[in-house]
Amino acid sequence: MTAIELAEAVRATWPETVVSRGELSVVLEREELLSALERFRDEPRFAFDLFLGVTATDWPDAEPRFWLAYELYSMTHRHRARLKVGLSADDPAVPSATGLYPAADWHERETYDFFGIVFEGHPNLRRLLLPEGWETFPLRKTEELGGVNTYYRGGAFIPPVDKRTS
Amino acid sequence: MPVERLEGFHTGREAEDEDEETLKRGLLLTSLDKAVSWARKQSMWPVTFGLACCAIEMMSTGAGHYDLSRWGMELFRASPRQSDLMIVAGRVSQKMAPVLRTVYDQMPEPKWVISMGVCASQGGMFTNYAIIQGVDSIVPVDIYVPGCPPRPEMLMYGILRLHEKVQKEGTIR
Repeated sequence: MTAIELAEAVRATWPETVVSRGELSVVLEREELLSALERFRDEPRFAFDLFLGVTATDWPDAEPRFWLAYELYSMTHRHRARLKVGLSADDPAVPSATGLYPAADWHERETYDFFGIVFEGHPNLRRLLLPEGWETFPLRKTEELGGVNTYYRGGAFIPPVDKRTS
Repeated sequence: MPVERLEGFHTGREAEDEDEETLKRGLLLTSLDKAVSWARKQSMWPVTFGLACCAIEMMSTGAGHYDLSRWGMELFRASPRQSDLMIVAGRVSQKMAPVLRTVYDQMPEPKWVISMGVCASQGGMFTNYAIIQGVDSIVPVDIYVPGCPPRPEMLMYGILRLHEKVQKEGTIR
């Protein structure tokens, strides 16, 4: 199916369905995320059998603050879809998709690693790329850019390169 | 023809006398020191430790065109136990830092470190949470080679300066 045909097929259930530049985006509430994923995977005319990934974006001044984007692909029909879920700043949690797509495991760990989004029901939700014991979620827009607190040199603050003196 | 002796002027004859004096004090020991230093500098084996784009320049330094084997250094050892030089080629991430330190600790004494490129030396363009701001906070560095990345000539210059240092510092550290 093309993106427009897909949009027409799901618009009855999820009215916030957008086709932009040939790409389908479906905006969901987080309560209906798992049922939507299940339907997208199991319904034969959709058959989204490949989980491409989940990632997040951070909008510190907006509400909802975080937007999750699930990318799906169908090897059977060769079409794509994007599922979007908005999360508020004080409760950035969403049910884990690992029960439906085992491939979601590391993607969810990475999103937790960098954005601090909690995937409830994930079997092993801990740091993936950053070292164990890291305290911040560095890809949040509120994190410091440039100057850094380093683990070495006794936890010293290292200013940005253009502000350093010898 | 007799040479008039001036203040601060040496004919060379005195040096011979001094040599005889040192011979009595043990010429063999000092010469061995120099010989060992010379042997060390002339077959320095770097450990294979490429981290980023600087490693490409390091590889081309070792390859045929620039030919690091002119100084007996073409053998990039895959085991730190057989190496005495670590070229930190590229940015060191926070997660790589313990690994780098382990590799350094596994190298037998005597050992030297070249910090290659601006990222290894002080963080470079990566002023962020993930990159060590200067590898000298983890291991002692002998030579810093600037550049992003440094050309093979620059790395070779750094290596030659390190050779000078090895020759001069002697076997007793």
